[in-house]
Formats: sequence, structure tokens, C-alpha cells
Amino acid sequence: MGAPAMSNNMTIDGKHVPFSDGQTIMDAALAAGVYIPHLCHNPQFEPHGSCKLCVVSVNGRNMTACTMPAAEDMVVASNTPELNRDRKALVQMLFVEGNHICPACEASGNCQLQAAAYYLEMQSPHYTHFYQPRAVDASHPDIFLDLNRCILCELCVRASREVDGKNVFGISGRGIGTHLVVNAASGRLGDTNFAATDKAAHVCPTGAILIKRQGYRIPIGQRTFDHHNISEVQMKPQEPEHE
Amino acid sequence: MQPHEFPQIEQQLASVFERHGCEANKLLQILREVQEIFHFIPAAAITCIAAHLDVPRTRVEGVAGFYSFLSLKSAGEYRMLFSDNITDQMQGNPELMRYFCHKLWLEPGKVSEDNLLSVDSTSCTGMCDQGPAALVNGWPLTNLDHARLDLIAELIRVRKPVCDWPSLLFEVKDNIRRAGTLLGEPFIPGAALRATLERGSAATLAEMEASGLRGRGGAGFSVARKWSMCRASAGEQHYIVCNADEGEPGTFKDRVLLHSYADLVCEGMTVGARIIGASKGFLYLRGEYRYLLHQLEQVLAQRRAAGLLGRNILGESGFDFDIEIHLGAGAYICGEESALIESLEGKRGRPRKRPPFPVTHGYLDQPTVVDNVETLACAARIAAQGGAWFAAIGTAQSSGSKILSIAGDCARPGIYEYPFGITLQEILDDCGAEDPYAVQVSGPSGILVSAQEFNRCIAFEDLPTAGAFTVFRRGRDLLQLVQNCAHFFAHESCGFCTPCRVGTQLQKKIVDKIANDHGTASDLEELKQLGHIMQTMSHCGLGHTAANPVLDLLQKFPDAYQHKLKKLAFEPAFDLDGALETARNITGRDDAWAHLP
Amino acid sequence: MNEQRKIRLATCSLAGCFGCHMSLLDIDEKLFDLLAMVEFDRTPFTDIKHCGPCDIGIVEGGVSNAENVHVLKEFRKNCKVLVAIGACAITGGVPALRNNIDLWDCFQEVYLYEGGLEGNQIPNDPELPLPFDKVYPVYEVVKVDYFLPGCPPSADTIWKFLTDLIEGREPKLDSAMLRYD
Ligand SMILES: Cc1cc2nc3c(=O)[nH]c(=O)nc-3n(C[C@H](O)[C@H](O)[C@H](O)COP(=O)(O)O)c2cc1C
Ligand code: SF4
Ligand code: SF4
Ligand code: SF4
Ligand code: FES
Ligand code: FES
Repeated sequence: MGAPAMSNNMTIDGKHVPFSDGQTIMDAALAAGVYIPHLCHNPQFEPHGSCKLCVVSVNGRNMTACTMPAAEDMVVASNTPELNRDRKALVQMLFVEGNHICPACEASGNCQLQAAAYYLEMQSPHYTHFYQPRAVDASHPDIFLDLNRCILCELCVRASREVDGKNVFGISGRGIGTHLVVNAASGRLGDTNFAATDKAAHVCPTGAILIKRQGYRIPIGQRTFDHHNISEVQMKPQEPEHE
Repeated sequence: MQPHEFPQIEQQLASVFERHGCEANKLLQILREVQEIFHFIPAAAITCIAAHLDVPRTRVEGVAGFYSFLSLKSAGEYRMLFSDNITDQMQGNPELMRYFCHKLWLEPGKVSEDNLLSVDSTSCTGMCDQGPAALVNGWPLTNLDHARLDLIAELIRVRKPVCDWPSLLFEVKDNIRRAGTLLGEPFIPGAALRATLERGSAATLAEMEASGLRGRGGAGFSVARKWSMCRASAGEQHYIVCNADEGEPGTFKDRVLLHSYADLVCEGMTVGARIIGASKGFLYLRGEYRYLLHQLEQVLAQRRAAGLLGRNILGESGFDFDIEIHLGAGAYICGEESALIESLEGKRGRPRKRPPFPVTHGYLDQPTVVDNVETLACAARIAAQGGAWFAAIGTAQSSGSKILSIAGDCARPGIYEYPFGITLQEILDDCGAEDPYAVQVSGPSGILVSAQEFNRCIAFEDLPTAGAFTVFRRGRDLLQLVQNCAHFFAHESCGFCTPCRVGTQLQKKIVDKIANDHGTASDLEELKQLGHIMQTMSHCGLGHTAANPVLDLLQKFPDAYQHKLKKLAFEPAFDLDGALETARNITGRDDAWAHLP
Repeated sequence: MNEQRKIRLATCSLAGCFGCHMSLLDIDEKLFDLLAMVEFDRTPFTDIKHCGPCDIGIVEGGVSNAENVHVLKEFRKNCKVLVAIGACAITGGVPALRNNIDLWDCFQEVYLYEGGLEGNQIPNDPELPLPFDKVYPVYEVVKVDYFLPGCPPSADTIWKFLTDLIEGREPKLDSAMLRYD
């Protein structure tokens, strides 16, 4: 097959963005160097569409950029004060839903939730906190699972299913009770076949999945988002390094 | 029996597995039966089912944790769920539930120590015209009062199986108060199919087009367009699904259609199947209507016997079609068509991303039509009597009639069929509404209408509705209604997307705060902002409409909340003094410094 | 500038570690510039016990007990502009790590298992601030006008923020200054 034909009459924030058949608005935007904020999307896995940070306005109607196929004549607005205000509200919702104490979190500085909040200029979580205690699972010899920081992006679920072929993770519960579960009758990560070398151990955008014995090897102040804006990092074709 | 030890689990599940086979699609049906056997889903059963279906354990745990009628902890031999729709509330259900709990020394949401019984509330059970209502082990109880609850408490105390309880307790009436062409005219099973075969599929589709029939489930999409798109989609199999989830609080017309017009509905499905080329159909029956299952199975059996279902229908060779009933298990979101399809596939009821749409990629990724019960009943009539006949009823943009489920403050609650275009005032007069003040049209996801708007009419171009029509007389606390709706959405959010999962909870907290006399003007602003985010950022219709009651109240009924607001600019969302209570108990202190004003 | 009345500023630490205050002192020689522009009301640097009418109040730390509420409400009542500084004031911060632990377990651990000061018993002295079941951010108890995140915010960040505020500009942190850790 030759290179797919490109159409280029979609615009994002006034810029012409070429796309090929099957690409989503997000795919096309990232390829063209146009940043659309996102948290649950990672180009290496099936699009998911749950965090809603990537919602854009297409010909006046809101659509989820990471799942919506790009199409002819789409006039997309993304970097608008209104959408960024609403995106900030979504990030604030994620902050109050979980228990995020950045100063005490090993992911701080490498965390995409935090970096998205910086990008959207979040000064405070604004809403009332839920303060729901959530489980911390240290049963695995090499990996911590701290659900206080899980934002339900399902990247670990997808990575374990699509890449590792293991299905270590799944989702149970409903509504605000929705939570990550692991593939063991005991409910403990240590009783699954999860390994620190699994892809799923390295895709968590937050500090919910952490490799043990790596803590603070890179000091605060020298981490990815201490030097780079999330838009630069997420636009690189490669994943941000967690090391 | 120790509820947590199940050495024999495989033998215990053998008959369930035999009935349902080993396709993962059957997971929800299997779990429903496991719940019936054990009164919960034991961890051992999850492991066993995962092995039997050859799916990851997480998949089984995920489904078991999603549906309200499945529980991962023991729910007791008897599980009483009081319907908490606003009409049940107005009829006194909260007090009845307290009475019942008190009588049996129980706390709502907790199982009795002897594992005999648990009591809780549940979203609208669809008995608003004969409430207060409840479910006991999934069977509907109507017209509850103290005397009936005394009897029920006694039946439970002596451990009488629910199937042996007096049938009076379970009586469900149709309450058809006004029948039009759909409900009133006789229908001979097979008539629509014969006409369809005679006319041919393309011509019948043209009749659908001419009829102008639009979906009755809420969105009002053209049936002819949906069916022709599906018909034109390539696939190994095509499917037609009857959406009998009827989860919108205050709606109960599908209950009556399924109870007394099941032939008409099945015939509509079969006509649809003929047109789109489906050989298999599903009727997705909400868990609350499980009591209709047996009777519906009988109707299907009769139709098979009469040659109206099965192979070579009406002798037409190659016209094969059959219907399978799939039971839900307590999830409003499963009425949303793509979540419904996920549920049919034995998964969590999570709305899919779109595109693709079900008409091209539905059940098992095959072209699928999902239609409301009433839509299919209309389709059967149109197939039999022609499109022009139907189009002559109603208004230009809204042809035909609409069945309304009327409840609340009126003398004659029940089922009313009207041609589209009828005004609210006429309806209110018919049902004997005394001094009506507001009407909620189409349930919490619909529109709250004030008395100034009673000249508006039921029609897609004015007030579209999926059927609920709830009347509130002057003096009713509409804030209580809105609080009820906010709780409903928070309970029913599937949890997939951020704006709805978190937004519905935040909305609930703020509405509660206002109802508890702690609200301020800034809380109103917060509600508007939250409403905007849910409406514009959510993944599916649930999130899009979850702020409707709040926003309508703010806009149209200031009297309902203004007097509740504090004059202050700010008031904490939690009770400062209450947050000291734990420490007071621990230290035994009660001095002035141990309290906050 | 000199012609104008000096800005009156109060600060306090609730459930915090005084780290934000230390960071304020870290502005070093700029402290003299600051003193030229403001006069202090209640702060840990002065001997004033109660906050009087002020232009700006800066609150460090989350709300962990009844006494915190009294102090905070006094600040809110007296300060035209209230600023929450640091992770603890804005999210509860490190003290909020206790929010996942039952209060009874906390008391047991501190007073019963570890052997308290006066034998193994839970003190009930009215002088002791009574703790909440959770640590709350300041904005959940009173209205907050501005937030200055960081744990602590750097001296430069604090300086930028304060000079903006004092000189009547809408405080704006550039992206390198907005940090939660
Ligand atoms: C949250 C939600 C719940 C819904 N519940 C129902 C329902 O219980 N019954 C129904 O027929 N349609 C329901 N719908 C609408 C369906 O998605 C779909 O539009 C309908 O079944 C299509 O059938 P129709 O064209 O015949 O109306 C619901 C939609 C949403 C967003
Ligand atoms: S996961 Fe990210 S946002 Fe959450 S505490 Fe850690 S660094 Fe902060
Ligand atoms: S653990 Fe991490 S990757 Fe997995 S769902 Fe939670 S936030 Fe996403
Ligand atoms: S924000 Fe950090 S430095 Fe400031 S008081 Fe809290 S813990 Fe201490
Ligand atoms: S990135 Fe698109 S919804 Fe999360
Ligand atoms: S939670 Fe289901 S769509 Fe938002």
C-alpha cells in the first residue's frame, strides 16, 4: 500500500491540519504539531475518551478529539478561553475526587495530571474534596499501586490487555464508586502475574502505579515537567520518560 | 451456612452454566441467577464463572460491581428495595421505609445479623401510578401502607418464600385511562406481518417513511431512516433490539405495553426484522420488570406456535426470526442504546463512543436497530394500516399519538394516549390535577414546566417526551424534586467520564447543602457552572441532561429556593461543629472550645 | 508610593510547618523593600496576638482543628484580601495524609500505644485544640481571594505575587512559578 491520501481542509484554531482516513482529530493534531490537552489518551493504545480534557468544538458542537474521526470541512476550535476554563474544571474534579498530595508523591514533577493542571493554570482544586479513603497495595515485590491517585484513565488496563496480553487490570464499581481492580481473587497485585517489565507498569500518567526502590532518584526540581511544559512532552512522538 | 465458604461452588453453578452455555455474552444473565441463588455474588463464584467463560476475572468482577441488583456482599435472604422516585416519596415511601426498618430493627443499607434481610432504596421501579412501591427479591410490591408492611414483616419473619406470599401484594394494574388508536383499536396477531409480506419490505419501509414515525424513546429519530441505514449496512448478521429498559423515573407506559400489548410489540420487532434483514432479536427487559418475564415468554411461545416467530414465518421460506429476552439488573444507563448493547454482550453498561453508530456497528459489531417498545408497537400498526393513516394523526412534525405515564398530584394517575399536539392544560384537566403548579415532562432528564407554560403542547417541536408526566400541585417543595433528581443522576452515572462521574456528585452535594439551609448565592453560580460542564463535556446523554432539573429550577422557580439561601457570601460545605464530633467522643470533651458555632 | 498609606499585612500558620513563612523570609534583602511598602499586623514575626483590620491576610496551613477555625475566621473578618499560601492551605497538604486514617486510630497511636506524657491516656484538656475528623483546605472553610501554591512556593514566587498584589496588579504567576511541590 502506498502512503494514504491526505486531505487538508480541516482547520484547528485556524490552522490547516492534514489528515488521512481513519485518523482522529487528536491524531491529526498531534502529527501537525497542534496541541490539544489530553490525559487518558496515549497514541500507543486504543483511544478511550473518558477524561474529556480533549473536548474541542467542531463546527460549534463539542466533540471528543481523541475518539472523533477527522473529517472534511471540520472547523475545530481548541485553544479557546472557554474550553480551557472547562478543562481546568475537569482537572479540578479529578483532584478533589482522589487524594492528591503532590508534596508527598513520588510522581510529582513527572505526573501528567499535575502538568495538565499547570498548563491550565489551576491555582487550587476549587471544589469540595471527597476525601474517600482508597486502597494502597504494596503486596507486589516490585510495584506499588496507590488508588488515591488513580484517575481511571484505563491506560494500564489497555496496556496490559493490548500489549502485555495479561489483563492484570480491570474496572469495577459504578459512578463515583468506579475503581480499578486487579486480576486476583485476593484483590492483591502481588497475587497477579504483573511484572515491573510489563508495559502496563510504565504507562500510568499519575503516581498510582510506581516501581519500587526508585523513589526520588531524580530530585524534585529536575524532573520532566520541572523543565518542560506538558504540551512539549506530549507532542513528542515518544513517551515521557519516567526515569 | 457460612456465607463466605463455598467449597461446592462448581456443582452449585453447574445448572446455571448448563442453561446459559459458555458464551461470555451470557455473563450478566449468569450473574443474575447466581445472585438469586446466593443473595450475592461470592468471590468464589466470580473465579468459577471466569474460568467457565474463559474471560479474565476482572471482567466478571467488573460486571458484578456495576449493576445495582447484583451485590458483592450478602444482601440477605430477603432484599427489600423501596422505590425512591419523587412520586413514591410524595406518597410517603421514606416514612414507610423507616417504619419497616424500625419494626425489624434494621438500618437501611445493612444486612440483618442473621443474614435474613436487608432494606434499601432503589431508583424508580415504574409503579408511580400505584405507589408507594418496592421490590422484594426483584418482585414488585405496590400500594404499600403500614398494614401491608406489617404483613410483609411477618412473612419474612416466618421465612415464607416470596412465591408463596399473597398475590394481592403483587397486584399491578394497567390503569389505562385514555386509549387512542394505538391502545384502543383491536389488533389481530399476524396482521402486520401479512401486510408486510404482501407489500414487500421496500414498500413497507416506504410506508414507515410516509407515516413520519419518530422514535418514542426520547431522541425522536426517524424510524424509516434508522431502519434503512441498518438495512443498507453490510454485516454477517443484522439485529433488532426492543429497548424495554424504561429507566426514566416516572415512566411506566412500556410496562403496560409489555403486559397487555406484547403481541403488538413483538410484531413490530418482526416487521423491523423483515425490513432490515435480521434473524435474531432481543428484548432488553429492565430488571425491575422481571415479573413480566414468564408472561412474555408465553407470548413468544404462542407466536412460535402460530408461525409468527421461528423458521419460515407465515410460510414465507427464508423468513426466519426469533426473539430472546435479556434481563437487565438495575442500571438506568442501560437504556442508552450503546450501553444497552454492551449490556446485551454481558458487559458493564458503558456507553460506546460514536461514531460508529449501532446501525452499522451494534451488537457484536453487527448492524443493529434499537427501538423503544412504543415505537415498535406503532410500527406494527403502520405496517398493518399504512403510513398515511398514521400521518393523519398528530401534528405535521410529530405524527401519531403519544402514550403518557401520568402520576403525581392528580386524581386519576395512569396511562393516557393522546394525539401529538395536545396541550398540557388539557391533559391536566383530564387527569384531575388540582391546582397544578409545575409538571415534569419526560422525567429528570426532561423539562420542568411552570404554570405559565401550560399552553405548550406535547410534540417533538415543542415539548418532546419519552412519556413521563409528573404533576406537582401548588405548595409542593420543588427543591425536594430537584434534590431527588440530583441524587438519581449521581446514583446512575456509569462513572466512565470525568464531568458526569464527578459532576453529578458535586451537584448532589450542593443541592443538598441548599436544601439543608446552608446555601448561598455563590452556590447557585456553582450549580450553573457545573451544569454547563456536564452538558457540554459529558460522554453521553445522561451527563448531558443531568443538570436539567437544577437549571430549570434556577431559571423558572426562584421562589422554591430563594428563601432557603443564607444572606452570607460564603458558607462551608460541611458542618464545622459536626466535624468535631468524633474527637469529642474520643476525648469525652464538651467544653466551649470543643464546639464551633 | 511613599506618599501612600502603608499596606497592612497579617500572616499566620494553621496546620502547616512554617515552611511557607521560611520561604517568605528567603526573599532576603528584598525584605527591606517589603518593609518599605507594608506594615505587619499579626504575624509570627510580631507580638500581636489578634489580627486587626488589614489589607492583606496570608494564611499558611490547612484547617485541622477548632482553634484553626477561630484564627481563620478572624483573618477573614479583618482582611480585605485573603491569600491561601502553600499546599497545606490549598489542598490540606502533608497534614491531610491523616485523612485516610481513622481519627480514633490516630489518637490511639499517639496517646495510648506510644505512651503519652501523663501515662497512657487521651488528654481532655480544654486548652488543647480539638482536631477535626479531617484536615480541610482553607477555601472549604472561608472564602479565599487568591491562591499561591507550592510546598513551599519559592521566595521569588512569593515576591512576585506580593509585589503584584501590593502594587495593585492582578497577581499572575508565570508557568515556571506555578508548582504544587
Ligand atoms: C441515559 C439514557 C437512558 C435512556 N433510556 C431509555 C429507555 O429506558 N428506553 C428507551 O426506549 N430509550 C432510552 N434512551 C434512548 C435510547 O438511547 C435510544 O435513543 C432509543 O432506544 C432509540 O429508540 P427509538 O428511536 O425508538 O426512540 C435513553 C437514552 C439515554 C441517554
Ligand atoms: S499523582 Fe500527580 S497530581 Fe496526584 S499527588 Fe501525585 S503528583 Fe500530585
Ligand atoms: S492506575 Fe494509573 S494508568 Fe491505571 S487507570 Fe489509574 S491512573 Fe490510569
Ligand atoms: S505548604 Fe509545604 S512548606 Fe508550606 S506549610 Fe505546607 S508542608 Fe510546609
Ligand atoms: S484525552 Fe480524549 S477523553 Fe481523555
Ligand atoms: S459517566 Fe457515563 S457518560 Fe458520563
